[in-house]
Amino acid sequence: MTSVHTPSVALSKYRDQHFKGSRHEQERLLRLTSTLYIGNLSFYTTEEQIHELFSRCGDIRRIVMGLDKFKKTPCGFCFVEYYARDDAESAMRYINGTRLDDRIVRVDWDAGFVEGRQYGRGKSGGQVRDEYRQDHDLGRGGYGKMVQMGQLGANMRDS
Amino acid sequence: MNRRRAYEDDGDFYGERSRKRRRVSENQEMEERLETLILRVGENSSSSLESNLEGLVSVLESDLGNFRSKILRILSECPIKMPEKCTIYSTMVGLMNAKNYNFGGEFVDHMVKTFKESLKQCRWDAARYALRFLSDLVNCHVISTNSLLQLLDNMVDAANEDSVPQVRRDWYVFAVLSTLPWVGRELYEKKESALENLLVRIEVFLNKRTKKHHNSLRVWSVDAPHPQEEYLDCLWAQIRKLRQDNWAEKHIPRPYLAFDSVLCEALQHNLPLIHPPPHQDSFEYPMPWVVYRMFDYTDCPAGPILPGAHSIERFLIEEHLHSIIEAHHWERKDCAANLLNLSYKDKIPLEYCIVEVIFAELFKMPTPRYLDICYGSILIELCKLQPSKMPQVLAQATEILFMRIDSMNTSCFDRFANWFSYHLSNFQFRWSWDDWDSCLLLEPEHPRPKFIEEVLLKCLRLSYHDRFKEMMPETYSKLIPKPPMPTYKYTMEGAASLPGTATAHKLVVAIRQKCTPEDVLNELKDLPNPRETSENDMVESTFNPLKIDVFVQTLLNLGSKSFSHTFAAISKFHLVFKTLAETEEAQICILHNVFELWVNHQQMMVVIIDKLLKTQIVECSAVATWVFSKEMVGEFTKMYLWEILHLTIKKMNQHVTKLSKELSDAKERLDRNAESSSSESEEETAPAGTDAVTPQRRRKKPIGDNADKPTEEQVERMEEKLEAAYVDQKRLFLIIFQRFIMILSEHLVKCDTDGRDYDTDWYRWTVGRLQQVFMMHHEQVKKYSSTLESLLFTSDIDPHILDVFHQFTALRS
Repeated sequence: MTSVHTPSVALSKYRDQHFKGSRHEQERLLRLTSTLYIGNLSFYTTEEQIHELFSRCGDIRRIVMGLDKFKKTPCGFCFVEYYARDDAESAMRYINGTRLDDRIVRVDWDAGFVEGRQYGRGKSGGQVRDEYRQDHDLGRGGYGKMVQMGQLGANMRDS
Repeated sequence: MNRRRAYEDDGDFYGERSRKRRRVSENQEMEERLETLILRVGENSSSSLESNLEGLVSVLESDLGNFRSKILRILSECPIKMPEKCTIYSTMVGLMNAKNYNFGGEFVDHMVKTFKESLKQCRWDAARYALRFLSDLVNCHVISTNSLLQLLDNMVDAANEDSVPQVRRDWYVFAVLSTLPWVGRELYEKKESALENLLVRIEVFLNKRTKKHHNSLRVWSVDAPHPQEEYLDCLWAQIRKLRQDNWAEKHIPRPYLAFDSVLCEALQHNLPLIHPPPHQDSFEYPMPWVVYRMFDYTDCPAGPILPGAHSIERFLIEEHLHSIIEAHHWERKDCAANLLNLSYKDKIPLEYCIVEVIFAELFKMPTPRYLDICYGSILIELCKLQPSKMPQVLAQATEILFMRIDSMNTSCFDRFANWFSYHLSNFQFRWSWDDWDSCLLLEPEHPRPKFIEEVLLKCLRLSYHDRFKEMMPETYSKLIPKPPMPTYKYTMEGAASLPGTATAHKLVVAIRQKCTPEDVLNELKDLPNPRETSENDMVESTFNPLKIDVFVQTLLNLGSKSFSHTFAAISKFHLVFKTLAETEEAQICILHNVFELWVNHQQMMVVIIDKLLKTQIVECSAVATWVFSKEMVGEFTKMYLWEILHLTIKKMNQHVTKLSKELSDAKERLDRNAESSSSESEEETAPAGTDAVTPQRRRKKPIGDNADKPTEEQVERMEEKLEAAYVDQKRLFLIIFQRFIMILSEHLVKCDTDGRDYDTDWYRWTVGRLQQVFMMHHEQVKKYSSTLESLLFTSDIDPHILDVFHQFTALRS
């Protein structure tokens, strides 16, 4: 399969702010990479489930589960690395925006996994988005961390 | 939408044209605008197609002076890239020709060149679209009827050549037949007897044609309720029906009819004499296919009627939908939107046509043209875009497929199960299972309960075991998979009596304390070899099945938490695996132990074996032998076992492909180097090794090339490696096919002597799997056809088995 450049495989607006290197270098890597960032997973979604879905696009080199920095439990994201760029492109085309474990998953290019990146970057150990979230999301530990803290405070005042 | 806006901008262009023309520097911009105008003509706009065409033609005519070659190029590319707009472009060329006869002539030459080039380059669809366009130019009075008939006649001549592959001959007839819906009426009116003559020649050809390949391409083995027709037979029936209707069809829009008064005044050109390029061994032709049908008009509720199987409209709609999928398969959302926006949508039950065409692609034999998940994701988008109709039609289709699954071929059975589980996982696993519970009374090996069992296993992989409680009625309990947990015998009841238990427990402690691979080998050292006490005394191998048992099961159980844990364990103790499993027999023993531990977790088995292959702990041939081993008899009809076999074959194929690519690259570099170094030596005067004075450019190039350049010796070694890989690959296929022949022959003979019917569920699954190996890996297997024929598929084996092989070879004959 020869790769064709169409919108679903274009780079998104997101850039990893912790990338070590120039923006130019980062974008060069994003255009060559066979690694994907997978987001909006449930905390309960396992590596096995991810493997089953993503292997439908090609042979997977490895999956790195995103973990809570402190609890070392899954916190709703992972990296999927394919052997071939074409297969990663297929995942961008056919899996991004479809469901896994009843959740719409986000698939995006990643410049390549580096040790340490498997951990959540939020203050509480999970992903930053789970710090500030206002909604209740059962698959991601209920309310966002800030809201939970606030409620906790409120409860304590009440009692 | 952007498209719309762009079109409106183009509308302004007519008015601003003269002003812009003054600026010569904008030539490039002009060219781009012309291109956009031509590409977009016929898309939704507020004004009529006729006035758009007239406007565009006058623009092009006045710009011919400056942009002649550009216009020629674009106009000849469009009908090939957008075959659905063929008649729009032929009208344009017709109007141009009426105004400017010379341009018409140039265009015909250009198009003929495109046609011939496509034939030479084996771009068969492009050639067919070019031929269609040339034919349609007859309708627009650009090309003479006689000269087109001459071309079609020459193509039928090509179909009647001797000693060329049948696939080539078939293609020429297919190309002629599939162009007739466009030009049949014109030929009938002007040259009826010549057309009849052409058709008679085609009929003679079709009657003589062999169709050995037909059965292996069928989705179902039976023809009720819808026959699975061979593609040329079906098209021939449709063309005959069209002839009966005096060549009147209702699907193709024909904008040129509105311009008849202009066009009939135009002078026509004669096509030059065109002879199809002779066959070369390197030419690859399209493989034959069957026309997939799952609906007829009785399936569709009130509304527009689905055209009959032999109406030409059905062919035209299907071809149109297939070409939309081809054009948009990179973007599933665009693809779904374009399918639902088919120009003919109000006159047909569109959702049914779309679903039928998508399943036609998914079930295409030998392999679908795109990934299974591409079709699955398009179906999801269709359901989202058309939530009031599409999910129901899709559910109806699923129901039909399930009802007909008894006779579905095994490759399609797998694709169907994979798609359905994936689709369910995108729709909360909701399905009216109760409707299917009558299948629970059938034998477990029957395709219906089997299908549900396999779908549930796949659903388990995509979700989790507890989900079944909400998702499945209790009546289905016997089909629900066991929880995917390891079965570790060394901690189970009765473990004390096992010879390896004590060592296994010590090993657990050692591995938990982060011991080295050497420590593990040390722990295993004292385990007795059960083989030495038996009659195998003489065997000199170090292979000890008890060591393998204790090590493999204990290690993998410790890593059972996830794939990552398992992979980490395998990679850390790679040395132990390699030490314990030098022989193929020992490797098979590893596989047995993986199976024993993970019997309830198929996906785990698949990924572990994949990992064992990648890390070269087991060889492909060991996996193949294991699949057919006695221990796996109970698993033999389960999908996952074949998933394992196919991934093994794919590994081997990839290895061969990689080595052969490396070799051809190296050879190319060697050749290129031989040339460039000779030319280099002429200009390069400074002796090698002198630096500083040599200009950098000159110095760098030869050094770079030399670093790149492989030596003759290296290339030779690569050749040897590739040869060895071919030997391995051939051996793998021989093992697999030989095992198939053995078990199938045994079954047939046994049934014969016992006076039982051989046609059991097991037999059908097994023949189906044999077929699947041929089909899925046909590109690779075909290299060994003659070896297979002389060594395995010899005339003395049972005709049922031999037939599968002959169907395979007929695919390209």
